[in-house]
Amino acid sequence: MQPIVEFSNVSKHYPHYHHITGGLKNLIFNLPKAIKEINEMRFQALKDISFSINKGECVAFIGRNGAGKSTTLGLIAGVLKQNEGRVAVNGRVSPLLELGGGFHPELTGIENIKLNGVLLGLSRSKVDDKLEEIIDFSELGEFIHQPIRTYSSGMLARLGFSVIASLEPEILLIDEVLAVGDARFQEKCLKRMQAFKEEGVTIILVTHSISDVEKLCDRAIWINDNKIKMDESAQEVVKEYIKFFEISHTQSLK
Amino acid sequence: MHTTDLLMALTQKELKVRYKHHAFGYLWSIANPLAYATIYFLVFKLVMKIDVENFPIFLVSGLFPWQWIANSLGVGPMTFIGNAPLIKKINFPRNFLSLVVVIQDMIHYLASIPIIIILMALFKIYPSWTWFIGIPTLAIIQLILSYSLNLFTATLNLFFRDTEKLVQMLMTFMFFLTPVVYKAEMVPKKFEALLLLNPFASLIISWRELFIRSELALNHIGIALCWAIALFIITQVTYKKLSWRFAEVL
Repeated sequence: MQPIVEFSNVSKHYPHYHHITGGLKNLIFNLPKAIKEINEMRFQALKDISFSINKGECVAFIGRNGAGKSTTLGLIAGVLKQNEGRVAVNGRVSPLLELGGGFHPELTGIENIKLNGVLLGLSRSKVDDKLEEIIDFSELGEFIHQPIRTYSSGMLARLGFSVIASLEPEILLIDEVLAVGDARFQEKCLKRMQAFKEEGVTIILVTHSISDVEKLCDRAIWINDNKIKMDESAQEVVKEYIKFFEISHTQSLK
Repeated sequence: MHTTDLLMALTQKELKVRYKHHAFGYLWSIANPLAYATIYFLVFKLVMKIDVENFPIFLVSGLFPWQWIANSLGVGPMTFIGNAPLIKKINFPRNFLSLVVVIQDMIHYLASIPIIIILMALFKIYPSWTWFIGIPTLAIIQLILSYSLNLFTATLNLFFRDTEKLVQMLMTFMFFLTPVVYKAEMVPKKFEALLLLNPFASLIISWRELFIRSELALNHIGIALCWAIALFIITQVTYKKLSWRFAEVL
């Protein structure tokens, strides 16, 4: 079977845009230095990464901050472009999700649902059809008519996840969104994710929550220092991951 | 189609957000150019005694379309920076953001045309059938022109943050270099050709001819169209070349 997402020897580096975004003055006065730096100094985000994900799998990317997890998601979403290697995605990707990304503080809950729904790939009529469902899921009650700048962060997260819950993706990309709201709402989110899984949606998530990985995922890819350190079943990877950090933790204490 | 839905949803958002906090809402889209018209009238007519007949409608017929240009271009550098979360997280055609800004300003401009009509009626000048061809034609040319320049400055500003300051300054220059508060004929003969180098000059002249004389200034419309097409091509090429980097520079 053809994999739904396939990375072959993918590398991604970012140039240091500092000299350019630092302004014209900076660029002109340091021109030779700037050109040299732009060419030489690169921030390597991913180094020669290969993996493939099959349809219906639920895969977690774990690793420390800055390891390259979000870059991987960005590449799958098509927001970023690799410098080397090949990225093949054979399905409709729901965009790289971050709760509240694309929300506008001055608009009400309902207005934001309508905007976000379309941004995330639904048609306008579809969003209208699902509006009730989304509002129910969010449990925001009367607040749904208020501008979202009045929301607490938990309420924002709930609104965000409720829109995601209504999508019909083939590949769902999730960046740190499960740890939202209170315990009960988190449970509800996990349940919705399980339902997505049963519908055959491929789920790819980046998270620091080990328990989410264990509860939800079949497989985990551990990225360390911009390379894949381990790609096994979720339990195996989590076990090694915890062991690794306990060791480095005790070492740093000595 | 999803593309149109995306455009509609984003435009609706812009329209809603723009006047959310203002008690007078849409009235501002009319009040703003009218306020400028009043101050220019005071300065150029009452103080400097400019020799133009029916100066109020002369002013309004050039200033209203100019306000559209100024609004669309003034926010150009911020179009992408202001939407960083969207660009970093969602893969959609980024040039839509520019298109939405310009469409929104166009709607506000079209909504202000009745004011031009009322003012003109005070001077016994009335709309004609030519307007039905002229307004859409000029609006489309101006839409392409504004979109191109908005997208160009938006793209450039991601890589050179100084663009924002440059645009602010240039727009003030362009206002005085475009025959908005004065007649094109007042420009000394030897500098007249320079007006052709200003993409907005022909456009403003065309609008004025249309409103005041109900005439289609075909040569000026042609020049404006050439500018619009040329800038559109330059912008599209630049955008295509650089758009894949947007998410990483933001």
